[in-house]
Amino acid sequence: MRPQDFDMPDSDVAWCPGCGNLSILRSLKTALAQLEIEPKDLVFVSGIGQAGKLPHYIKGNVFNGLHGRSLSPATGIKAANPQLTVIDVSGDGCMYGEGGNHFMHTMRRNPDITNLVHNNMVYGLTKGQASPTSQRDFSTPLQIDGVFLEPFNPLAVAIALDASFVARAYSGDRKQTIEIFKAAIKHKGYSLVDIFQPCVTFNKVNTRQWFKEHTYYLEEDHDPHDRNMAFQRATETGEYPLGIFYQNSNKNTFEENLRVYWDDKSPLFQRKVDMGKITSLVDGKR
Amino acid sequence: MTVLSKKDDISLVLCGEAGQGIQTVESILAQTIKQSGYHIFSTKEYMSRVRGGQNSTEIRVSSHRVASYLHRIDILLALSSGALKHLKDRISNDTIILGDPEHLKAAKKDFLRKNINEQAIIQIPLMDTAQEIGGLIFANVIAAGVLSCILNIPQEIFNGIITDMFARKGSKILENDLKAAEAGYQIGVELKESQAENIKLPLTGKSEVGDELLMNGTDAVGFGCLAGGCRFMASYPMTPSTPLQVFLASCSHEFELVYEQAEDEIAAINMALGASFAGARSMVATSGSGFALMEEGVGLAGMIETPVVIYIGQRPGPAVGLPTRTSQEDLNLALYSGPGEFPRIIFAPGKLEDAFILTQRAFNLAEKYQIPVFILSDQYFADCYYNIPSLPLEDVVNEDYLVKTTPGYQRYLITHDGVTPRGIPGYGEGLVVVDSDEHDEEGHITEDLEIRTQMVNKRMKKMDGIREDAIIPELVGDEDYHKLIIGWGSTYWPIREALENIKMENSDQKMSFLHFKQVYPFHKRVSPYFEKAEDVIIFENNAQGQMANLIKLETGFEIHEKVLKYNGMPFSVEEVEYNLKKFISFNNNLSGIRGGV
Repeated sequence: MRPQDFDMPDSDVAWCPGCGNLSILRSLKTALAQLEIEPKDLVFVSGIGQAGKLPHYIKGNVFNGLHGRSLSPATGIKAANPQLTVIDVSGDGCMYGEGGNHFMHTMRRNPDITNLVHNNMVYGLTKGQASPTSQRDFSTPLQIDGVFLEPFNPLAVAIALDASFVARAYSGDRKQTIEIFKAAIKHKGYSLVDIFQPCVTFNKVNTRQWFKEHTYYLEEDHDPHDRNMAFQRATETGEYPLGIFYQNSNKNTFEENLRVYWDDKSPLFQRKVDMGKITSLVDGKR
Repeated sequence: MTVLSKKDDISLVLCGEAGQGIQTVESILAQTIKQSGYHIFSTKEYMSRVRGGQNSTEIRVSSHRVASYLHRIDILLALSSGALKHLKDRISNDTIILGDPEHLKAAKKDFLRKNINEQAIIQIPLMDTAQEIGGLIFANVIAAGVLSCILNIPQEIFNGIITDMFARKGSKILENDLKAAEAGYQIGVELKESQAENIKLPLTGKSEVGDELLMNGTDAVGFGCLAGGCRFMASYPMTPSTPLQVFLASCSHEFELVYEQAEDEIAAINMALGASFAGARSMVATSGSGFALMEEGVGLAGMIETPVVIYIGQRPGPAVGLPTRTSQEDLNLALYSGPGEFPRIIFAPGKLEDAFILTQRAFNLAEKYQIPVFILSDQYFADCYYNIPSLPLEDVVNEDYLVKTTPGYQRYLITHDGVTPRGIPGYGEGLVVVDSDEHDEEGHITEDLEIRTQMVNKRMKKMDGIREDAIIPELVGDEDYHKLIIGWGSTYWPIREALENIKMENSDQKMSFLHFKQVYPFHKRVSPYFEKAEDVIIFENNAQGQMANLIKLETGFEIHEKVLKYNGMPFSVEEVEYNLKKFISFNNNLSGIRGGV
């Protein structure tokens, strides 16, 4: 397959010229093409925000729901039909702000879905307020004294919760991002990819140049199965590592734990009502 | 003098603290009563705590069908010192009070002395007997034995039930429980001899009753969920919806469904919508303040036209209100939940058969119209048990509304009736796109104001079909009435029984009862019912007359006579009767009946 197989010919892309989302979209198309996943078997789930619009610009089934809630329908979709490839596309506000509770519990549940979080450390759609990942002293029309809250650290939280795949990418490095996306999608279980990206309009601090200067890749010999080390690397600030921090492939997925699939792999919609069984259950009340 | 001998409809109340095993007594008695061929109804009221407090269960034992709450207590079994005080308003001179001397001590000297016929207080050695058998935990089985004997339940039936209930706990425990059962039954035999004047029950059993179904409102809704093809439930525990969650979780293996306890109600409804988007018939269950969190998801269901069934077990609010009590306060919440305008259906069953068929229908209609469908239950309805001959299982028809998509499939194709054939991902060659923003026919975000108008029209157009499918209210009584009673949901049986009692006293009374089991939208034949009545009265468990207001909105008809109760308890038959007699100015004996509010 080719990345173009995922193109939406007439889509009216609503992102700013130069937005980091554009390269994330291109990388995702390439990753999916290389993995040979047909659009009809894909479901993109998103919430609200600039990242949440991505599913409209790529070929696949789409559930573009509510702000911060995308992981819940994604879990429901995968639970109802495990044969689908489910990719959740969200922003830092959607996932770490509005959706914080769902973020935490989805990692505990471990559905086999991929969670791509566009992290530009600012609210773009609502025009430049602080996000949970905004860095200290980041000044905005609402945070007039600058941000004084501790930035949310999604990787450390995810590793603490033993999320089964935890990575960070930088949108500007498409080559590595494609590889990380492929590994995340192939991974069995919940995978988080926090994607650093510039917001060319509202974040004048964390620019392309800033990301180039403040990121580097984890060493070749970093062992993603070493949870303590992964946690330590995730808490590094100043210089931010990129790559696959942590991976635990020994966990059952949510769907594997569901008894309904133990003997029968078919999606739920294909199963018919058995009135005979219901009749005997009702007769048990006699 | 207390004489029960005229009664073939006994109101037996058990009262004690949470954790004392009242529910065990209730379940033993419910089974033994039914197996003995008596009709049974039971309802419980309880406090929001794990241990202590005062909880009571009313069990009606009758020679004829009974299905509603009575204010009257004929026999009270007090299992705690606080029981009499808790039920003082319901205890009359005709109430026989049974209990351990320890628990009745207070009654002798307390405020109750002036109200209570002392001869009707009968001491039974529950605690001492239990200690002899092996501990206080046996007191509940002993109590069940005493009552079974008084109710003329054959000892072999009683022992059989005890064996069925306790056999799985091991032979040693069973042996002691059977001993407790025997001891209780013997106490009952002695009581019947010594209190022959007081206790004489002419109940007549019918063998066919023994084979009937004994279930509560939750069971009936649960069976409806299974019959409606429910495959996915995500919910967060909240009284009084938790029993339905337990029911479906317990059925999940055999009936191939997924139950997931979500982290909150917001996640629950969003998960259910995701599962529904992927083709599984899905539902959530909650109560008022939990549902308040789900409202955002209701709007999403409306916008993305994805089916979901929402079960609301109503309890008093606002906020957390009275967690274990009953109400009909969430009609407005269900009716207006979710931003914007979109169609919905609201059912409110009043009897078990309806709960089953309406729930099954809810799943079908949710699929047919791709909308949220509500089932408004409440604590009273969810928790009350009675026997019925059967459920209309043979009437179940599940229609499959999913289509296999072809390339170029448009999820929101505008059709003449507003309903687009529904595709799901992974079934067919097409792509299915849904969006919470306004969208075009393909499902993609649009800000085209022309398309916006067309999409609102498309969604609202479904109301035509929904109204065609609406269920007409049930008229109890003659079509030729002068006075009309209105009720909805769980008030069905108390109103019906009160009306029947009045008709027995005065058969010329031209009064009928119109019960709404579909509370939104109305069938088009609803208005004529109001137009031909001279007078209309409505009973509701809320303070504003929410249904009366909806009736005015939908039909223009204003109901002036409203009986509104919102203290957390259901209407009793006596209370309805009292209010109906006032309504029809039928004042004979009015002073003898207490409202019991």
